Amino acid sequence: MDLHAFLTKAVSLRFEIAAVILFGIGFMNLMLRHNLIKKIVAFNVMDSSVFLFLASQGYIDGRIAPIAREGIVGAEHYVNPIPAGLVLTGIVVSVSVSAFFLALVQRLYKHYHTVDFDEIMIMAKKKVD
Amino acid sequence: MSKKTDALRRFSGWVNGETAGHAAVHREAARIEHKKLLPELDEQQRIRLFSWQYKLVALVVCLTVVAVLLYTVFHLPLFGDPENPAVNEVVQRYVEDGLEETGAVNMVAGMILDYRAFDTFGESSVLFLAVTSVMMLLLRDAKNIVRDEDVQEEHERIIERQTSDIILQKVTSLVMPCIMLFGAYVVLNGHISPGGGFSGGAVMGAGLILLGASFGIDKVRTFFTMKTFRRITSTALLCYAASKAYSFFTGANGLETGIPLGTPGAIFSSGLILVLDICVGMVVACTMYGFYVLFSRGEI
Repeated sequence: MDLHAFLTKAVSLRFEIAAVILFGIGFMNLMLRHNLIKKIVAFNVMDSSVFLFLASQGYIDGRIAPIAREGIVGAEHYVNPIPAGLVLTGIVVSVSVSAFFLALVQRLYKHYHTVDFDEIMIMAKKKVD
Repeated sequence: MSKKTDALRRFSGWVNGETAGHAAVHREAARIEHKKLLPELDEQQRIRLFSWQYKLVALVVCLTVVAVLLYTVFHLPLFGDPENPAVNEVVQRYVEDGLEETGAVNMVAGMILDYRAFDTFGESSVLFLAVTSVMMLLLRDAKNIVRDEDVQEEHERIIERQTSDIILQKVTSLVMPCIMLFGAYVVLNGHISPGGGFSGGAVMGAGLILLGASFGIDKVRTFFTMKTFRRITSTALLCYAASKAYSFFTGANGLETGIPLGTPGAIFSSGLILVLDICVGMVVACTMYGFYVLFSRGEI
């Protein structure tokens, strides 16, 4: 593939590429951050990257939103409605999971007085020994 | 000058998550005392936990995943391509027959609340379960009381009463009816325009949170208590389950449902979608406000 074709393709797929890069950023932060709240934020970044990917896959050039208009009948006039439904499900689950994580972190903070993952692990280990 | 720098320092402290005043000092003291009780952090153990090998492996894994995904992305159909294989006969069915079969002008609403209504019921149940588990973790009752917390709570309440912000309260009382009305509009028009139960419910939940944040949670408690919360969420979920079970049972057996579809575009149309939207909106609004109060106060 020559450079020009490659660049054209990269520009066309910009949203998908951005989604993958966001996923990488979220994943890296999830692995390397010590602060549990920052880990949850990183998890949310990963979620958002998946939503961006799905939404960009549903878009079709020159078509209108999937809300029926008078006189416009036929599947060739509307964008794909399925990714919208999937993203809706994803957002709800992401909100629920983040809330549950944050509640767990709040309990951990009340017990250990820190949100640092290392410190919590060391304190927990010492308590067991 | 010194006052200015002090304010700046306090602002940066607030940005960094420190709370001002007595409560913060109290909490800091408790934290230091707690740390003293525990043995000193063993530096070697810390190094062992977050060693450079871990970081290296994490980096390699992440780069590999990103590389594989990027390679895959370059083999996807182009952005906005009508020949995308995701646009198949399922989409065609939803778009072409959806209006006739569900009566909903908004095809996404018709899809998620009619064809895939059990999926949406699962979503509402996930929200309900999330708020229930957050309640189990954070609700302050006889078993979940930390020493000194009541003192702290009382102190924060006094601060809240002393620093009631008149601008915030006036603006809230102006904006609040509009927010609630807009939320109700979005919920009730979910089947004929963009929106629906989830988005409208989130708007109404945000309105309740604004009210709680500006006037104090005690004010909201005059009309929204734990009892109301329980009643609204469980009634909405049960209503959803019952109506959809009825329509699935009759539909699957080829019976007459007796639910009129109405004229598309009218507010009373599209069968059960309006009812289901209202149920979902109730659950979402209660859940959003429930998260807020549980995290900030530990009680609804």
